Amino acid sequence: MERLKSISRRRMLAAGTAGIVGAAWPVAGQNPDQAARPKVPADPTKVQGPLATDVGARSPFERPKRVSLGDRRTSSLTPLQDLDGIITPADLHFERHHGGVPAIDPKQYSLLIHGMVDRPLVFTIDDLRRFPGKSIIRSMECSGNGGRVYRREGNQTDLTPQQIDGLTSTSEWTGVPLATLLREAGASPKATWFLAEGSDAAVMTRSIPIAKAWEDALIAYGQNGEALRPEQGYPVRLFLPGVEGNASVKWLRRIELADQPFMTREETAKYTDPLPDGTARIFSLDMDAKSLITEPSFPDKLTGPGWWEIRGIAWSGRGKITRVDISADNGRTWTPAKLDDPVLPKCHTRFRLPWEWKGGDAVLASRATDETGYVQPTYEVLLAARGPSTAYHFNNIRAWKVNADGTVKFAGGL
Amino acid sequence: MTGVRTYGPTIVLAIVLSPVVLFAQKPLGIGRAATPEEIKKIDIDVRPDGAGLPEGRGTFAEGAKVYATKCQSCHGPNGQGASAERLVDRESGKNWDFATNAKLVKTVGNYWPYATTLFDYTNRAMPFMQPGTLTPDETYSLVAYILALNKIVPEDAVMDRASLPKVAMPSKDRFVIDNRKGGKVVK
Repeated sequence: MERLKSISRRRMLAAGTAGIVGAAWPVAGQNPDQAARPKVPADPTKVQGPLATDVGARSPFERPKRVSLGDRRTSSLTPLQDLDGIITPADLHFERHHGGVPAIDPKQYSLLIHGMVDRPLVFTIDDLRRFPGKSIIRSMECSGNGGRVYRREGNQTDLTPQQIDGLTSTSEWTGVPLATLLREAGASPKATWFLAEGSDAAVMTRSIPIAKAWEDALIAYGQNGEALRPEQGYPVRLFLPGVEGNASVKWLRRIELADQPFMTREETAKYTDPLPDGTARIFSLDMDAKSLITEPSFPDKLTGPGWWEIRGIAWSGRGKITRVDISADNGRTWTPAKLDDPVLPKCHTRFRLPWEWKGGDAVLASRATDETGYVQPTYEVLLAARGPSTAYHFNNIRAWKVNADGTVKFAGGL
Repeated sequence: MTGVRTYGPTIVLAIVLSPVVLFAQKPLGIGRAATPEEIKKIDIDVRPDGAGLPEGRGTFAEGAKVYATKCQSCHGPNGQGASAERLVDRESGKNWDFATNAKLVKTVGNYWPYATTLFDYTNRAMPFMQPGTLTPDETYSLVAYILALNKIVPEDAVMDRASLPKVAMPSKDRFVIDNRKGGKVVK
């Protein structure tokens, strides 16, 4: 397979085809990487290599990048097509912020927990790290992910997985369960909601049902074995597994317990879902099951008929993925894909299926099912439930068209 | 089975005496008590019932002045939108076809369910380049101005901690709690 999207693709570099590296590809918002090809010895067995370094770096042949859509740079998307497995390298985790990325000195940092508690408390980073901790591998998805293709804005064929659905990523998150802090502060049994507030310029705030705190909310300080990245909330963030990303408030400075939601701007004016019956869902926090084929995808070109592996990721905010079905004939027949271990709840699950391409036109699609029995819907089903201009939660089936010449284009949905 | 009995008292004793187990049952004594002063300093949220609203007051006339100097360059004249979002428009959303009419723009007048949210957000995050710098009077004035432009309160209304929570927003009853639960039905 030729990967035209980036010189970072190892297959393409292995082929050493300078003509492909220099090829232009018309993808909005991206530019061909013009960097010179790194120089390496003709035979690495005949020369000593460089010595140990304090901080490692990617091979100069590998240049995966986030991209921002539009020029405001309030978000950037994960290059899903460049990743294997389920873990997103921390520097490629998607970003979304409403007041930029604040710079916070961890020595100055503190977290206040107050409101309907017996003992309002302040914790330093060292305090938080002293509590019994926990690490969990979980995904996060922005509830606006996929909106551009759902609303059918602009070019709808020359889109990469990153441009379609790059507002989702997976990390191992380490921290202290929020439930532990609630017990420490003596949470009132009458508290039904909590407010999480960030210390960015938006002073981001969301109200969350307190049941989520007792279930699996994490006050996270670690990401993939190191401290959080600044754009992921350094030094401390809230992490809510399975919930729309906006609610996992970053740069967390305050938690307030209450017996009602606070009705902040984000949870009323923004992250609500208008429905065709003239209402709008509020606190629509859970992310529905979804999947996406990441290979082959635009702008790949299959070099010839034969066996290829269809690969991608599936996830659900409500638990584990139980199956992913693949169609290579525009949805007429479906075959279960193999799910790689580990299959974790509320987490990207890697799926694979060998596929023999006969050389003609083919439409590839994936369909996820989660442990509640929810099946990823077609565009038509989701459209009927939500309307064409609803604002968030776009999890309909995605499809790719493989043309007879081997080129791959985004084909919307089924 | 006798082996189990033999070990039973030992296990019970361990549970009673082990500091590790006790550690998980009671407050651990980590962190320090928050003082009322430090809570007050950052407890800026305002709720629909008015809790959190500060002393102060504002009117449409005062709000128009503050808006002209601190808001209009981004939000446009009369809240009609420019580089930042439109704030004023009650009429075009009155049929509430947001899910089916892609041209509809959500505004304070046609979408926001709570007037207190306008105070809270303006106070915490605006003006965009000088966030958190408005006085309570300035914020109450801007709220009075935007609500009056949206024909939600009269132009002579005074906004303060008593009057603002009583403002009824036209879209409040449009919002419904999420009924998705997973399972076979797509909602």
